[in-house]
Amino acid sequence: MGRAILLDKVNIPGIQTFEVYRAHGGYTSAAKGLREMTPAQVQQEVIKSGLRGRGGAGFPTGLKWSFLDRKSDKPRYLVCNADESEPGTFKDRYLMEHLPHLLIEGLTLSSYALGVKTCYIYIRGEFRYLVGILENAIREAKKNNYLGEKILGTDFSLEIYVHPGAGAYICGEETALLESLEGKRGNPRIKPPFPAYKGLYNCPTVVNNVETLATVGPVITMGGDAYAKLGMGKSTGTKLMSACGNINKPGVYEVELGLPVEEFIYSDEYCGGIKNGRMLKAVIPGGSSVPILPADLILNTARGDSRLLTYESLAEGGFESGSMLGSGGFIVYDEDACIVRNTWNLTRFYRHESCGQCSPCREGTGWMEKVLYRIEHGKGRMSDIDLLVRVAKNIEGNTICPLGDAAAWPVASAIRHFRKEFEEHIKC
Amino acid sequence: MLKVIIDNIEIQVEEGTTILQAARMIGGKVVPPAMCYYSKLKDSGGKCRSCLVKVVKGSAKDPRPVPKLVASCSTPVQDGMVVENTLSAEVQEARKGVVEMLLINHPLDCPVCDQAGECDLQDLSFGFGMEETETIEPRREYPGIDIGPLIKLNMNRCIHCYRCVLAAEQLTKKRAHGMLYRGDTMEISTFIQTAIDNDFSGNMIDVCPVGALTDRTFRFRSRVWFLNPMDARRECGKCSGKVVAWMFGKEIYRITGRKDQFGEVEEFICNECRFEKKDINDWVIEGPRKIKRQSVISSNHYEQMKKGSIIHPIEGTTEPQE
Ligand SMILES: Cc1cc2nc3c(=O)[nH]c(=O)nc-3n(C[C@H](O)[C@H](O)[C@H](O)COP(=O)(O)O)c2cc1C
Ligand code: SF4
Ligand code: SF4
Ligand code: SF4
Ligand code: FES
Repeated sequence: MGRAILLDKVNIPGIQTFEVYRAHGGYTSAAKGLREMTPAQVQQEVIKSGLRGRGGAGFPTGLKWSFLDRKSDKPRYLVCNADESEPGTFKDRYLMEHLPHLLIEGLTLSSYALGVKTCYIYIRGEFRYLVGILENAIREAKKNNYLGEKILGTDFSLEIYVHPGAGAYICGEETALLESLEGKRGNPRIKPPFPAYKGLYNCPTVVNNVETLATVGPVITMGGDAYAKLGMGKSTGTKLMSACGNINKPGVYEVELGLPVEEFIYSDEYCGGIKNGRMLKAVIPGGSSVPILPADLILNTARGDSRLLTYESLAEGGFESGSMLGSGGFIVYDEDACIVRNTWNLTRFYRHESCGQCSPCREGTGWMEKVLYRIEHGKGRMSDIDLLVRVAKNIEGNTICPLGDAAAWPVASAIRHFRKEFEEHIKC
Repeated sequence: MLKVIIDNIEIQVEEGTTILQAARMIGGKVVPPAMCYYSKLKDSGGKCRSCLVKVVKGSAKDPRPVPKLVASCSTPVQDGMVVENTLSAEVQEARKGVVEMLLINHPLDCPVCDQAGECDLQDLSFGFGMEETETIEPRREYPGIDIGPLIKLNMNRCIHCYRCVLAAEQLTKKRAHGMLYRGDTMEISTFIQTAIDNDFSGNMIDVCPVGALTDRTFRFRSRVWFLNPMDARRECGKCSGKVVAWMFGKEIYRITGRKDQFGEVEEFICNECRFEKKDINDWVIEGPRKIKRQSVISSNHYEQMKKGSIIHPIEGTTEPQE
């Protein structure tokens, strides 16, 4: 099943270079967009495609673009969010490493549609080795007039800059990212105002994920309607899934949305089943921030339908029995995995990465971590389980940015589905 | 003008007014507690989450409720908005949760803390705190650092409200301190331990809602409720010279800005007035400062005194002023 439209050329030797990328049809969508279409038409195709943000929230990209304040006489910015730091998510890294020109092409088209003349790629600090790859691609594109002044002889000019972060997960949150890009401490901003009105340097700004922006090229090549035919319902097109954990074939896979989760886990085309013939125990389907689901609920919904890789199907059942597609970081646990230890480990991450601005997240992440540490190290009390539920509830929804929710959900869902395991930890 | 209803009380406000400001215009019980917002400091608020309220109706145009609780200090009023504070059980629950978060790492050393009696966190805990603690983990402790001869920093009591950082940034010429690190290890510190020495740095003491920043020239000299807060003024080239002189007999124990009913100073004052003018002859005493009736400071009935007289708090004798 499925059709690769992002990774179809990834195995061609030398595809990182401009010549090979160009020789295999690269930059034809940029040429088509800039020469034959108006910016509004490019945006219209993106709206028609139904493309949704691949950074985690799944917000419709065309709609986000339409919010951009076009009345302001200030410059507009496009910022590509390449901060990818969510545990379990490693798709943007793969894309940038192997197909840098696909991203550059998407940035060119998107900037054209948005009337942007300056675009930033904010890249995770630990991805330093990718900075050279991207900057090289930018240089090549410029030399060939696909970037820079008067691109392809049109009136459109664009500069792209790569800006590495300093190693903070929170700088992936779009407003913290903008603060960091401005050279400040990466504290998320209080919204409103939204970046579409007051973003980078108080100017109208669009922030999109790497994969989202890389998809714009193929959308223009095939047309929004054709893209929307891929996938299922409101989950159009294809999605990069980064699969890891106790599976035979960890890696980055492009799937057409609508693929059954069962097929994704067990088919040799994708994860190739659970390692060493063990049983599946649980899955975190969309990066560490989304709720964990036990085997029965990840394969089938509570209503008994088979669970599909779509935004809707994974969310079915809400917080009781569902989860989220998130960023597509698919973490698989086999029967030997310890949910308590895993939950403690994730909480350790969120405690370390909380920016500390707002009280529920600053204090709550630390508190949950300490309690989980105790449980994991044999010093738990039975009352700690309900305490954790209560602390998670007091964080959720009461914070400045969604990191608070992201820290609360893994704990709440682990206890909801694996309470027994916590109790056993405490008893023995 | 926009119409907003808070806890069933309607008020008209100007565009751009926040829910908290509107509630303050109404006054009384509907005002949410604010631990980080400070109307005189730009960009303050949004951080402590003690001011969360429920928006049950977004506006006349879009009546949908807002799904999450919102920080009233940083949410502008929309026309036709309906807000619940004391009426919403959800808000009371969440606020209880916020107070608990603020306290789990707080030393609760009120008995030896100079802020006791005028501490916003004490008030908040009294109003919304739980009687028991569920934490058994040790509380966070920071190594003490010296930030100069005038201001004492006790980081263990800090609630990370950012007010002092904003005050230093907005009132003084060069900010020499800020927030370091992140998450629950985040701390207020001076950059490379430089002393904070600047004409208006003392205002950080007044904006600090807790006992994290206190006046070194006053430290441990008296509990605030033994003192008589008196409005006083002097001619000053740097600030308005309008202060509160905290007195015991004829002696001035400390000088602070004049705080209003929401705990905010009316005007920021300079360090010379605050730290150097401790002689009664430096000041014209205007009369007793009005302090909330609920405050322990009011309980020594200093207000009975007439203008121009000074009361001795323990014996309760009045003596005429020279
Ligand atoms: C704590 C936190 C971390 C985030 N990290 C990333 C990230 O690394 N990459 C990313 O694309 N989006 C991240 N996001 C989501 C962004 O805030 C933003 O929604 C996204 O970049 C929008 O792009 P999209 O619409 O293309 O998905 C993060 C959000 C939060 C709350
Ligand atoms: S939720 Fe956490 S990360 Fe987000 S602003 Fe608050 S403290 Fe910072
Ligand atoms: S800061 Fe307030 S609550 Fe904390 S010890 Fe001092 S008086 Fe008590
Ligand atoms: S020292 Fe005081 S004013 Fe500064 S952040 Fe801490 S609590 Fe707020
Ligand atoms: S006063 Fe509103 S969040 Fe602190």
